Amino acid sequence: MSRFGSLVDPAATLLLSGVRIIDPAAGTDRIGDLAIVDGQLADPGAVPPGAERLDASGLVAAPGLCDLHVHLREPGMERAETIASGARAAAHGGFTTICAMPNTDPALDEPDRVAWVLDRTLDAASRVRVIAAATRGRAGEQMTDVKDLARVGIVGVSDDGVAVVSEMVTRDLLVSLAPLGLPLIEHAEDPALAADAVMRAGPTATRLGLSGWPPSAELSIVERDIALAEEAGGWVHFTHLSTAAALTAVRRAKERGVRVTCDVTPHHLALTDAWVAGDRGFAWAEPGSMAADPFGTPLDAALAYDAACRVNPPLSSRADALTLLAGVADGSVDAIATDHAPHPRERKSVEFGAAAPGMIGLETALSLGLAAVEAGCLTLATLIGALSTRPASLIGEVRTLEPRALAELVVFDPAARWRVNAANLASASSNTPLLGMELPGVVRLTVASGRITYRDGLEPIP
Amino acid sequence: MRDPAETPSRHRPDAGGVVVSLPIADAEATTGWPHRHLLDVDQLTRAELEQCLDLAVEMRELRNRRETLSTLRGEVVGLAFCEPSTRTRVSFELAATALGAQVVDLPIEASSVAKGESLVDTLRALERTGISTIVLRHPMGGAPYLAARSVGARIVNAGDGAHAHPTQALLDALTLREALGPLDGKKIAIVGDIGHSRVARSNMHSLTALGASVWLAGPTDWVHGFDDWPGVTVAHSLEDALADADAVVALRIQLEREAGGEMRSLRDYTTQWGLDEGRMELARPGTPLLHPGPTNEGVEITAELATSSRSLIGTQVANGVPIRMAVLSLLAR
Repeated sequence: MSRFGSLVDPAATLLLSGVRIIDPAAGTDRIGDLAIVDGQLADPGAVPPGAERLDASGLVAAPGLCDLHVHLREPGMERAETIASGARAAAHGGFTTICAMPNTDPALDEPDRVAWVLDRTLDAASRVRVIAAATRGRAGEQMTDVKDLARVGIVGVSDDGVAVVSEMVTRDLLVSLAPLGLPLIEHAEDPALAADAVMRAGPTATRLGLSGWPPSAELSIVERDIALAEEAGGWVHFTHLSTAAALTAVRRAKERGVRVTCDVTPHHLALTDAWVAGDRGFAWAEPGSMAADPFGTPLDAALAYDAACRVNPPLSSRADALTLLAGVADGSVDAIATDHAPHPRERKSVEFGAAAPGMIGLETALSLGLAAVEAGCLTLATLIGALSTRPASLIGEVRTLEPRALAELVVFDPAARWRVNAANLASASSNTPLLGMELPGVVRLTVASGRITYRDGLEPIP
Repeated sequence: MRDPAETPSRHRPDAGGVVVSLPIADAEATTGWPHRHLLDVDQLTRAELEQCLDLAVEMRELRNRRETLSTLRGEVVGLAFCEPSTRTRVSFELAATALGAQVVDLPIEASSVAKGESLVDTLRALERTGISTIVLRHPMGGAPYLAARSVGARIVNAGDGAHAHPTQALLDALTLREALGPLDGKKIAIVGDIGHSRVARSNMHSLTALGASVWLAGPTDWVHGFDDWPGVTVAHSLEDALADADAVVALRIQLEREAGGEMRSLRDYTTQWGLDEGRMELARPGTPLLHPGPTNEGVEITAELATSSRSLIGTQVANGVPIRMAVLSLLAR
């Protein structure tokens, strides 16, 4: 039997016994039994005799994870990922909703293209929501017809991969989106300031002789969009925020009452720019020799310039990563979103500067978050909130483990460890520098819309 | 009189008429070399750097006596230059030939999505023809690391982007050691576009490892970010960099890089940072001048300075072949 199910499977009925239930919406953190009857959460007493009873002791049950930023590559680059394989990767990672970016080929800039994608998601292993392109062909010149797109069903618009460069187009988008209640999801990167840059500016870039991406490239777009959103009364959401300076700007804007939200990726929280030089320590760990003394430490020939570390925005400095992590902890970061960016092998087994930017993240996000929890940087409830309840609320989805709700949850073993390798990833791609690393957190069960979308290693009670 | 055999230097006295044993039969030469590739000099200890320089001296003597070696007999050395280069390529070719290897040109280009063939694919295919060593020159930093991970052949970095140029650093170290003696405590000034220079970076690794202090001078944008490099000082002015310097390395200014930052024109650069005989007077008397070549005379140095008695540019070129012979033979151990 496949470990994966789909949204059109029969509704689940089962009992999870002795599970730690963490529900940020209700403020719940208790050990008990969790029952699903015909796809709905129910009182444990309502489970019919003969239904499956699973030993979930030591496991955590949390609301299903919600990813605001993934790339599914269909249509156009199905070798890297399809809607089906991306949705399986999501289920494997504990996600029940993923939001697909529109930079496919062709771009999702017209209602029928969005509808085409939505049609193909109905029997997927996770709910797939669509973010439409902000401009036609993502060329930055002509706004898409956001009203018609909204009618088909989108959660926002974005030219992700690039910023909306024109101030006037940005302003028009914010004005047009405001009455629809939808965000402009901004990839904040000034193309001139970031031109030719292949990694974060800083000591590692200097050491490696690679051109560096300055924090001003992000901050300049963030400040501009905040000013425009404030004037237009629109909602701007900054995705994959990667610098402390930009987060400070977002915090201040929130304090002023501007409708601004942001997400940060797991790799900008856990990894650092020193990874490009071969360092493999997490941001919160004691810096290794390459991170502490980049100039005086010989490069590790096996790891230096690994194209798997090429990502945009580039991996942050350690100080920025720790500030972003503190932003997750204090709530000023609204969500953790993966920017899952699958690429076929040939786009990555090239020179660092020639590699396609991006790394996959759906199947390692929870694990990296749990590593941060183990390190004492986040509480488990904060992590779950940032991965499920809070992003879900931004796209109008509810996450609760209260009885009578549609079952939408993940059950994972926070202490079990797994080794990341291409064979155990459900994604069609394996471009991540985490390959070969052992991470905490193994997903045992994912239930989306009351259906089991992923299940592995749960033992029935004898 | 002191017996030359007792000198601590490994420089072999050239006793007239005595046949010097081939390095390959030398007792010391049989000590291993722990590195399969030469990707940068940062991987070499001080002892290994000195071993390489000493071997280059031996190679030079053998070459001067027109002795041929068989160190690489039966091996094929492939020259993969994705960027134009004259002297580096020629000196690798002569070095490999002098060691008995067969040399072939590899038609390599940087990976291109448009063309559909990657560096790795090409190298893997060509490797099957029996190439044992690939000398790689590439416009992107880190390309030799990718090559070393992807193919079985030994990789010699002949310059990768703005990252490293280890054989240039080794020949510079040899040239400087022979001009100045041991480099401990010596002040070496490097002038120019440090940020974009693979020569500067590799020299910073090797010169500091050999005990020298390195001073950097150039427009602010071009020296930015190097302050934390151990043993390296970013000078506030050309005067500071040159004061009491034991040697000066001028870098080639990329002519296409003139626009942007504080440098409005090449003339700006020459006015503020260009080296001529008058500015060289700021350094110690007779301080030698190095330049990795090719020079832009009238830009970073004057034609008179390039051909003056201070100039070691010709010596650098001459040392290029024995250094590359030493590198190729060490990697073959």
